[in-house]
Amino acid sequence: MPAARAQFWSGVKAELPILVGVVPFGLIYGILALDAGLTALQAQAMSTVVFAGSSQFIMAQLFAINTPVVVIIITAFLVNLRHALYSASMSTYVKHLSEGWKYGLAYLLTDEAYAVSINHYREPGELKYKHFYLLGSGLALWTTWQISTAAGILVGSVIPSELPLDFFIALTFIALVVPNLEDRAGLASAFSAGTISVIAFQLPFRLGLVLAALIGIVVGMVVEEKWPSMRVTGRERQADREGPG
Amino acid sequence: MTVWLTMLVVGLLTFGTRLSFIYLFGRQQIPTRVKRGLRFVPPAVLTALIFPELFLPGGTLDVSLGNERLIAGIIAALVAWRSRSTVATIIAGMAALLLLQALAG
Repeated sequence: MPAARAQFWSGVKAELPILVGVVPFGLIYGILALDAGLTALQAQAMSTVVFAGSSQFIMAQLFAINTPVVVIIITAFLVNLRHALYSASMSTYVKHLSEGWKYGLAYLLTDEAYAVSINHYREPGELKYKHFYLLGSGLALWTTWQISTAAGILVGSVIPSELPLDFFIALTFIALVVPNLEDRAGLASAFSAGTISVIAFQLPFRLGLVLAALIGIVVGMVVEEKWPSMRVTGRERQADREGPG
Repeated sequence: MTVWLTMLVVGLLTFGTRLSFIYLFGRQQIPTRVKRGLRFVPPAVLTALIFPELFLPGGTLDVSLGNERLIAGIIAALVAWRSRSTVATIIAGMAALLLLQALAG
């Protein structure tokens, strides 16, 4: 099937620029996961089983400070909820595929694979082989994520432990959040969640984190409803850039 | 063992979330209210993780120039805002922290 193969490779090619940004995240994740006390095997397995950059960073951090499992699960779940949106928007394009294809593509449906593939799906052209494009971009990201995680684990086992490596997590999150705060609602959501997380930090089981996130979401929605589309900057919204989302 | 189980549960939940609407093949619509709320999940959750790291070093509130992580975090946020570059943000923040720690001796 030359048409399918062509679709696959153009999916891979479209993913390449994004991969440049993904590699450092994979490296940092590998280093941090070891620093958080995970074994090399656990750190690598997480990149395969969970395969979601921001959740993996969050999980590593929460494991490091002995957070109760339920809180880790709820937090990671909340962070990944946005994938339901991708699933919804992809569903019309893949409904003709077999169950196996659906499961496989769902596993590969990260921020980055979605971002390039949905654009391709929306362009004119025959639908028949377009799922190979998503497969190509998804597998390119998957392979890069596994290899960069492994490289990070190797680097992490020789890096001096006096370096304040844990600060990388906060910096990574700052790099993810700040450029995407483009309107008042987003700013209000972030600042209210941040403030509550500090005030409620002493709550048991790190419940302050869940409370802060929920309040932040509600505040964002209320502000958006009262002052719709008040943009802070005119810049275009970018896709999340945190490794596989 | 706890790590493995947690990993497995989160992995299944993540996969389930990604599969959800694909599996229902578009028959179900996400309620608008939920869709609007989902947009705020990343900023809310991530900021709730960032703030304690910056404002509560060692577990107690410290809003002073002596709080190196807070200063370095603010510098990183400014770099992120101006450059929109992940690498620049991380390098600037880490350099600022190391420099401030060296200056504090």
